[in-house]
Amino acid sequence: MILYILCFILFLVGLFGAITRRNVIKIVLGICIMEYSLNLLLILIGYMEDGVSPIVVKGGESNFVDPLPQAMVITVIVIGLATTAMLLAIAIRLYKKHGTFDIRQIKNLKG
Amino acid sequence: MTNIVKTISRFMSGVVFFFGVYLLTNGHLSPGGGFAGGTVMAGAFVLMVLAFGDNIMHLRKTKEGSTIIENLAILMFLLFAAAGMWLGAKVFFHNYLDIGVAGKLVSAGTIPLFNVFVGIEVAAALFTVFLAFVIFKEEEQ
Amino acid sequence: MEAILAVIIILMIAGSIYTLHARDLLSAVISYGITGFGLVICFLLLKAPDLAIAQLVVEIITLIIMIAVIRISTRKDLTEKTTIRVEGERYVNLRSVVYFVTGGVFILGFLYFFIQATSVLDPFGVHSVRMASVYIEQGVDLTGAHNLVAGVLFDFRAFDTLGEATILITAVIGVLTVLRLKGKK
Repeated sequence: MILYILCFILFLVGLFGAITRRNVIKIVLGICIMEYSLNLLLILIGYMEDGVSPIVVKGGESNFVDPLPQAMVITVIVIGLATTAMLLAIAIRLYKKHGTFDIRQIKNLKG
Repeated sequence: MTNIVKTISRFMSGVVFFFGVYLLTNGHLSPGGGFAGGTVMAGAFVLMVLAFGDNIMHLRKTKEGSTIIENLAILMFLLFAAAGMWLGAKVFFHNYLDIGVAGKLVSAGTIPLFNVFVGIEVAAALFTVFLAFVIFKEEEQ
Repeated sequence: MEAILAVIIILMIAGSIYTLHARDLLSAVISYGITGFGLVICFLLLKAPDLAIAQLVVEIITLIIMIAVIRISTRKDLTEKTTIRVEGERYVNLRSVVYFVTGGVFILGFLYFFIQATSVLDPFGVHSVRMASVYIEQGVDLTGAHNLVAGVLFDFRAFDTLGEATILITAVIGVLTVLRLKGKK
């Protein structure tokens, strides 16, 4: 139970960063930290004591850890890189247009 | 980069690439599979570009020529990605090939084919993202 | 097992806190690597080798892309001081007070509801397999793949993989569109 709460504290650190920072790059980093903690939470839930990794070696084993969260998370990891690249591309366009990463000065929607 | 980095990465990137191919083709028997193998293959290309600069793919000859070749390179990677997705999507619904003996390299029906196509798509997508950032940096200077 | 994982997660929390407080963006990105590589070790300890391989390479490529972004822009952070100095006297910056109060309220609320929700879950290490029991018992017979993750990913839940491929190619096209070299005249 303590592991779940620690993992959620990691999520909260990312959320705090995404709310309170002014720099666009810091906001992107906060969102990435939230995504990592979600992956970790899914894998923690699927773990079983004395389990083996879900690959049949000889046949006849049955104490596998749950393969379903692993199959979900492995897609999330690859999508996470693509969305991070998308966020960084938008951030760098903002920098080229406005000359700063400060979200308080990037507020004119005209033109 | 220096000569040491160039020599080492020239040897190592081939090894890394074939490790990715191994992960891809043995994905239904051992740890690995399409996503892990694809990312490792993209890592081999990234290593080459980082060591030799981006003129290893002739991306920076002249301004006009480089633009055309860049676009062709990116378009080719996108076509690879789209082909992987399209061929996968046609037969995603059931495992129509023979399952065979479980544990052999040629077994499990269509799962190795899906592994290969998804791996090609992931490798092409990650390398395209990387190349977009590198080309953008060179163009602005 | 639980103690080792707790130590690694605390290290990840420390790394992410330093990520948010660093004055230099380059050191922020590098200390962000602590979180990612700690996650790789957690995946290895939790018996998920597929995820460990993928996460390792993805983490390295993310680091390279972020460093490329910082090299062509600025390294200076914009962190605000909590006190400002006007004509020799110190005042508390009201805007940072609003930030911290908002963040604190959000965090306490989320933590309360999460602790309420965790009481329904099984404790760590005890997992009752409900959905995946068919995959574990008959997966090898039905798909012929010894890697059960590949069996779930490409046979039982192949539509999910199709959706993932679509999202990936859409994101790549979006990156290429945003970073287009020559704008339309």
